[in-house]
Amino acid sequence: MKGRFNKPSIDPVAAFFTGLTGLATLFILAILGVILGYLFWRGGGQVSWHFITGGTDTDMFDASRAGIFPMIIGTAARVLLMTVFVIPVGVITAIYLTEYARSGSLLTRFIRSAVNNLAGVPSIVFGLFGVGFFISFLGGSLDSLSGSPEPHWGKPALLWASLTLAVMTVPVVIVATEEALKAIQPGLREASLALGATKLETILRIVLPNALPGILTGGILAISRAAGEVAPILFTGAAYYLRDTPKSLTDQFMDLAYHVYVLSTQSPNVELTSPILFGTVVVLLALTFGLNLIAVIVRSRIRRQMRAAH
Amino acid sequence: MGIRRGHQARLGEVIAEKLILAISLSTIAMVFLIFLFVGREAFPVLLGRVSSAAAQEKPLPVEAMNTLTPAQLRAYLGLSAQEFSSMDRDTIQSLMEVRIEASAEEKPSRDAELNTVAWRYLLFPFQWSDYDKPVYVWQPVSGIHKYNIMPLVVGSLKTTIVALLFAVPLSLAAAIYVSQLANPRWKEWIKPAIEMLSAVPSVVLGAFALLVLATALQSLFGYQYRLNAFLAGIALGLTCVPVIFSIAEDALTSVPRSYTQAALALGASKWAAAWQIVVPAAIPGLFAAVVLGFGRCIGETMVVLIASGNAAILSPSLIEPVRTITATIAAELGETVVGGHHYRMLFVLGTLLFIVTFLTNLAGDVVIHRLKGRLEGKK
Repeated sequence: MKGRFNKPSIDPVAAFFTGLTGLATLFILAILGVILGYLFWRGGGQVSWHFITGGTDTDMFDASRAGIFPMIIGTAARVLLMTVFVIPVGVITAIYLTEYARSGSLLTRFIRSAVNNLAGVPSIVFGLFGVGFFISFLGGSLDSLSGSPEPHWGKPALLWASLTLAVMTVPVVIVATEEALKAIQPGLREASLALGATKLETILRIVLPNALPGILTGGILAISRAAGEVAPILFTGAAYYLRDTPKSLTDQFMDLAYHVYVLSTQSPNVELTSPILFGTVVVLLALTFGLNLIAVIVRSRIRRQMRAAH
Repeated sequence: MGIRRGHQARLGEVIAEKLILAISLSTIAMVFLIFLFVGREAFPVLLGRVSSAAAQEKPLPVEAMNTLTPAQLRAYLGLSAQEFSSMDRDTIQSLMEVRIEASAEEKPSRDAELNTVAWRYLLFPFQWSDYDKPVYVWQPVSGIHKYNIMPLVVGSLKTTIVALLFAVPLSLAAAIYVSQLANPRWKEWIKPAIEMLSAVPSVVLGAFALLVLATALQSLFGYQYRLNAFLAGIALGLTCVPVIFSIAEDALTSVPRSYTQAALALGASKWAAAWQIVVPAAIPGLFAAVVLGFGRCIGETMVVLIASGNAAILSPSLIEPVRTITATIAAELGETVVGGHHYRMLFVLGTLLFIVTFLTNLAGDVVIHRLKGRLEGKK
């Protein structure tokens, strides 16, 4: 090690590698910029009032007339229904992990490990799970219980797609909520307990209201993640073309992200329909990026709060 | 959070705590259910309980029409109830004769009697009767269902390797820069900006690769096929850059500041401190980042479904179209008969994916946990 650290002057090797790693960082940012810039440049012009509110009654591949309103409704329905399932489960698990669990216990490690694993399961496997568990098993059982000859529950549906996505996004909500719960000043909890509130009362009246921004962030990130996913809904609910927007939980739906897939692989003429494709991409990106941006801003506030708290 | 119970436990509190625990345990249940219900469709194949061998029916003699019940006869001739009731005896007799003649002309195919979902046909090359050498073929929708998974496994590995070769150096370099070298004021902006890459849905990256990147790379390198493993790999790399970057950056940042400060105090440059002190200390975390990036790449579906060309050919070439495990499931599940051997084979592929990602996640998880414990001075 002799002499290795004895150079106070500017080291050309250090300067070179600092530049190189800086360049790599810049390159990633540039790729992101180029992709976004290109997509908005190509698709921005297509997005009009008519495009957003128009249906597909005429021809879904006619760039001058087709709209994407049914897809927007379908995507909104599936992600909002998903939050109804995922937020309670995610928030309660996060409460268990931060408020109740003993940090070193085997059970806690198992739960954490399960959450991490759930976050890493490929999205297409969630799709298979949706088919095997929700549609065949749950739906099939419901059908045989009600004794209907036609499958009513045992087929792709909005409900099953949302449930599949909920299982997929549970880790997102847990991680965000946990972060928010940890950012709360311990003094608040202690004060509440010292005044005679029970643990549950403290959680419901003090901890949760203070963690609300973090919980919302979790919900927003889950929506943003789910809105862009196609693989889990390919076989659990999304439809290539429908006359109508979904009216009940057992209806199928058209979907923004799935529409991007349809337009890029099953279009009669990819060049001619590319305006619809890029227009749909812009709407989808506005959704996922806008939501992510909100989440990032709320998160950085929570982190500042956390640094102040500890 | 030193206080465990601020108050004497009441019944309501105890019930609430148990309920909260029960719901938390549902996360473990979900992982089990995924394995159970994806595996449920796959196990019959893996245990050899499913056979795809075509039943070789022998034609019945014409006299059988007198001994069979009308229902059996109708099923044998494959007629609808309406057609059957509208036919007289002579028509049925001639149908029986046609059936015998047809089966005499039909060349019995040796392959039709094979159970193509047996292990040896899934994993090893086989010389089908219309091939002149043993081959690896995935061809589920043909007369003989060929389910050799090797072309798909190799396809997945090819795209994943290209993706990692592209993404790993880039993400690790960026992670070192952002965590150790960058001005802290910039860092607060750069980190979320790179992580925003994960907000681009993979189907959008796939469409971008198909419509823009494919043409650009083809004119740059002048290869023959527009959609190929190389293109899919590059696009796939973009999906795992934020994953690798994020985990690597976390690992590097979790190395105590005192390490760096000691090195800087001894006169090391920021780079020397980062490269000789921080990176070696965080090596397990960087390794975990690559492993988790691998898991992410091999499980990614939409990018490869759109941009890989989807030809199930076994070849070492990176500039030929490929088909991955994930794309095969996504492209074929919609056309299968529920419970049939093709359907079950796709669940076999899903189970394989689940096991691979489960193991990579577990490995990454354990490594990161140990690293954090060591750096924070715990055992």
